[in-house]
Amino acid sequence: MTGTQVVEEYFIENRHRLLEVAAFLDRIDRAGGMTDDFRMKALHEAVQVLSSNSPGRVSQMQMIFSDPTTEPRPALDRKAAYGAFKPVL
Amino acid sequence: MKYIDHHAHMVSRTTDDYHKMAMSGCVAVSEPAFWAGWDRSSADGFEDYFVQLTEFEPKRAAQYRIQHYTWMAMNPKEAENRELSREVLKRIPKFLQHPNVLGIGEIGLNRVTRNEVATFEEQVELALAHDQLILIHTPHLEDKYKGTRVTIDALLKYPKLNPQRVLIDHAEEHTIEMILDNGFWTGLTLYPNTKISPPRGVDIIEKYGPERILIAGACDWGPSDSLAVPHFILEMQRRRHPEDLIRKVVLEMPHRFLSQCPKFQVNIGEKLNTEVMSL
Repeated sequence: MTGTQVVEEYFIENRHRLLEVAAFLDRIDRAGGMTDDFRMKALHEAVQVLSSNSPGRVSQMQMIFSDPTTEPRPALDRKAAYGAFKPVL
Repeated sequence: MKYIDHHAHMVSRTTDDYHKMAMSGCVAVSEPAFWAGWDRSSADGFEDYFVQLTEFEPKRAAQYRIQHYTWMAMNPKEAENRELSREVLKRIPKFLQHPNVLGIGEIGLNRVTRNEVATFEEQVELALAHDQLILIHTPHLEDKYKGTRVTIDALLKYPKLNPQRVLIDHAEEHTIEMILDNGFWTGLTLYPNTKISPPRGVDIIEKYGPERILIAGACDWGPSDSLAVPHFILEMQRRRHPEDLIRKVVLEMPHRFLSQCPKFQVNIGEKLNTEVMSL
């Protein structure tokens, strides 16, 4: 597909997705904010990638959310993942 | 269009899902052993589940003309329990002889713990000892990159392991290159929130080509869509990809990987006579 075809075909649904993210952030603001939350810090960092011109935005965002450590955990801490890496304080 | 869903947890689904999948072109599924959403209390519980996978589920699928295959494993979510894992592993070999069992899977890591790695390696060794195909789960969300890296490092310690007989599943944009670069097959499992969407799956095919990449709908007990592969097909059609390329991705590639187990006997019909066009 050409760039024009991609925009013609997919613009509306991606406009919708961006508005959903904006509405999510507004909702958090109305609820008093969550600026110190590790997930929200990662999300705000990922949003910066969205507005960049560098290629490979998806992979860059994936790495922002990823655990950067290399050693296995000594033991299971919980069953489910959080969605973003939670540093051990 | 005909397709094979290589990663479908059909025990979580009603016959309505089999019906819809059959109506939309599914000719075969393979069902990895997995976590039920809660921890089983004994090895007997696992054995009952393995009987369900090998005896009951193929009959249910056959009612809809879908061929059902499966995999045996201690799943990553319960692999932290070493004592239970050892008991379950002792019971797996007798199921490997069953006509619908294709190999060991889905094994792998969840939160990437030392115990999970130990259980994973024991199951790789079990697969090698019994000359089985291997299907590997990679962790969710923030654990995926590290877990995939640790998984590959562990696999590379086995010089007798043929990467062509190993599928490392649930790949995403940041993990697919390390999987393919090391010679393994990989899978993209389509989920609405937690893994790959149909459009991102098509992006990956456009970037890397169709070789050694399979597409699945997962049919999980959590949010997932039993018709995810047809949605993927529609997305490829929406982007004007030729039908023979789509067929290669959703039918010929899974058929090629799974046919490495001689028990996998699925007739996918005549190949299209046109070459797959370059992307």
